[in-house]
Amino acid sequence: MAYTEEELKKELETKEYEYGFYTDIESDTFPKGLSEEIVIAISKRKEEPKWMTEWRLEAFRIWKTMKEPEWANVTYKKPDFQDIIYYSAPKKADPNKSLSDVDPELLEMYKKLGISVDEQKKLQNVAVDIVVDSVSVATTFKKTLAEKGIIFMPISEAIQEHPELVKKYIGTVVPKTDNFYAALNSAVFTDGSFCYIPKGVRCPMELSTYFRINQAGTGQFERTLLVADEGSYVSYLEGCTAPSRDENQLHAAVVELIALDDAEIKYSTVQNWYPGNKEGIGGVFNFVTKRGICEKNAKISWTQVETGSAITWKYPSCILKGDNSIGEFYSIAVTNNYQQADTGTKMIHLGKNTKSTIISKGISAGKSQNSYRGLVQIGSRAKNARNFSQCDSLLMGNECGAHTFPYIEVKNKTAQIEHEATTSKIGEDQIFYCNQRGIDTEKAIALIVNGFSKEVLNKLPMEFAVEAQKLLEISLEGSVG
Amino acid sequence: MLKIKNLHASVEDKEILRGINLEIKAGEVHAIMGPNGSGKSTLAAIIAGKEEFEITKGAVLLEGEDLEDLAPEERAHKGIFLSFQYPVEIPGVSVTNFIKTAINETRKGRGQEDMPANKMLKLLREKGELLEIDRKFLSRSLNEGFSGGEKKRMEIFQMAMLEPKLAILDETDSGLDIDALRIVANGVNKLRNKDNAIIVITHYQRLLEYIVPDFVHVLHNGKIVKSGGKELALELEEKGYDWLKQETVS
Repeated sequence: MAYTEEELKKELETKEYEYGFYTDIESDTFPKGLSEEIVIAISKRKEEPKWMTEWRLEAFRIWKTMKEPEWANVTYKKPDFQDIIYYSAPKKADPNKSLSDVDPELLEMYKKLGISVDEQKKLQNVAVDIVVDSVSVATTFKKTLAEKGIIFMPISEAIQEHPELVKKYIGTVVPKTDNFYAALNSAVFTDGSFCYIPKGVRCPMELSTYFRINQAGTGQFERTLLVADEGSYVSYLEGCTAPSRDENQLHAAVVELIALDDAEIKYSTVQNWYPGNKEGIGGVFNFVTKRGICEKNAKISWTQVETGSAITWKYPSCILKGDNSIGEFYSIAVTNNYQQADTGTKMIHLGKNTKSTIISKGISAGKSQNSYRGLVQIGSRAKNARNFSQCDSLLMGNECGAHTFPYIEVKNKTAQIEHEATTSKIGEDQIFYCNQRGIDTEKAIALIVNGFSKEVLNKLPMEFAVEAQKLLEISLEGSVG
Repeated sequence: MLKIKNLHASVEDKEILRGINLEIKAGEVHAIMGPNGSGKSTLAAIIAGKEEFEITKGAVLLEGEDLEDLAPEERAHKGIFLSFQYPVEIPGVSVTNFIKTAINETRKGRGQEDMPANKMLKLLREKGELLEIDRKFLSRSLNEGFSGGEKKRMEIFQMAMLEPKLAILDETDSGLDIDALRIVANGVNKLRNKDNAIIVITHYQRLLEYIVPDFVHVLHNGKIVKSGGKELALELEEKGYDWLKQETVS
């Protein structure tokens, strides 16, 4: 078979962002724009109870009075919020139906994304909820989990089936008034995952949500609510991809974690939204609010690998309310070409003997800008609070930037706070050394970057660590010479 | 095995090598000596393929093949190994991981399959013993926090693992105490065989007491000004480089 240059070129183009395909699925899509009518229509489509509709409308009214934040170290053309579709659902995806009823195109898409929705494939031991555009389309292992009393389902279903739980916790960690994007999300969120782990239960498998933007012109506003009751444990994974498009797409999610007394939540994200092309055209705007609250002796651990998105604005945080509670934040943020990331965390120490650890690894290449922004706040009653922060930046080439913005506010004299920061550059000497040992430049960079990120990669669950490592390599392809 | 023909090379228009001729056959050990700035390390870097040096005239041939257009990693795949004067640190990459990557990338470059893990482990153990390397070192980040001597020993360990055809040891003796020197030299001697060749670049003849060369060349001002057997190193030690400098001027 003749292999034309054109075909080769095409193949190379798609290689840059592996998940840049669009699947032609019949969709139920709302008109563009945002108004009270649209908010009501979303709520209606979801057959929500009245309190939820009211909650949304209140959020919408709050949002209208707010302005987009401008303090982040990123520049972009602000999205036109009337030019976005707020609801789009693959038509044939009813999560209550069996797999055989699912649109074959949709199944084909899962295959391309490497997602297993086949419950027989228990080997992976990961329960998955998949959110395409605005709705959740498949949740696996529901039964196995139910036996332990674990609830893991799309949040839209949870609102119907467990309204008391949703009502009790939604908006308690990230209130509607929190910020511009959180308010917007509260008004228009269309789906996401809900998870409840009962008292004393150790979730026997990794729970995972896979987010996918498919339809053009749609924003994705998912909402995740995770409640770990007293003494329980859960590890949760989140993955994201989107098609390559020339226009920017908006993703404004809210994630709330609640760790009650003695509970532990491990939340891992591999974010690989479309980053835009080499010239900085297109890509996802990722404006996300993630926060968790720890009661007594509870622990929340955020691990994130951020390689995608044109703009990332994201600060997974911990409110250490209970005494002896622990917050952790491990992050790798990679920016290449024209990507911009302003990401970090907030550790709010309120209880006594609270501890937090922040390890942030920023890798910048091309013409990108990568900022770490972190707040460590010690309240007046937080006796013996401790924080350790380490921010390392790795630069590749001469045209990118790395920035660190640490904020420290201490109102209790017994606090112990450490902050370490380093900036290094992948040196030609390091590359030549690897070359001399038979390792080509591309592989050498991957090796050096993996080494640099190791402390964080080690925190990821096994299945994810491998994927994350590959992702780091792909993201930095062609970033040198 | 290696043929250097009338090699001229410069960096940023400054000529450093001015016509070097050298032939090295399989099974031989050549020592290259000379004062600071004579071009010894430049010669090593050029053979290994460091980009900033430009060959303005002449050629370097490995088994008849001109190396000029080959990338450094391709030269490595063909069996060239350079033990660096200043080995770099690679934080977070363990010695084992680095060596495993180097071996498998080299094998890939030669169209071979990855080395099976059990064979790799066996080799690591054998060669580690040869160089008296504490097993704990294998899981540490490459060269990070290593002493000067440990770094050099790690270079020879990598050489032992990669089994090159042509090894260039660039001032491997600098920074070594006498015990470390003996271990390193002992390792190198055990790696010597009829199929490979070694170039030892050094300032002092101390190392040559342990790694006995077949030939000694003296580099000065980018040229080989004198060649001889191992006794030349002793003569140099006695008379110093000034003797040669004067001799070449007169």
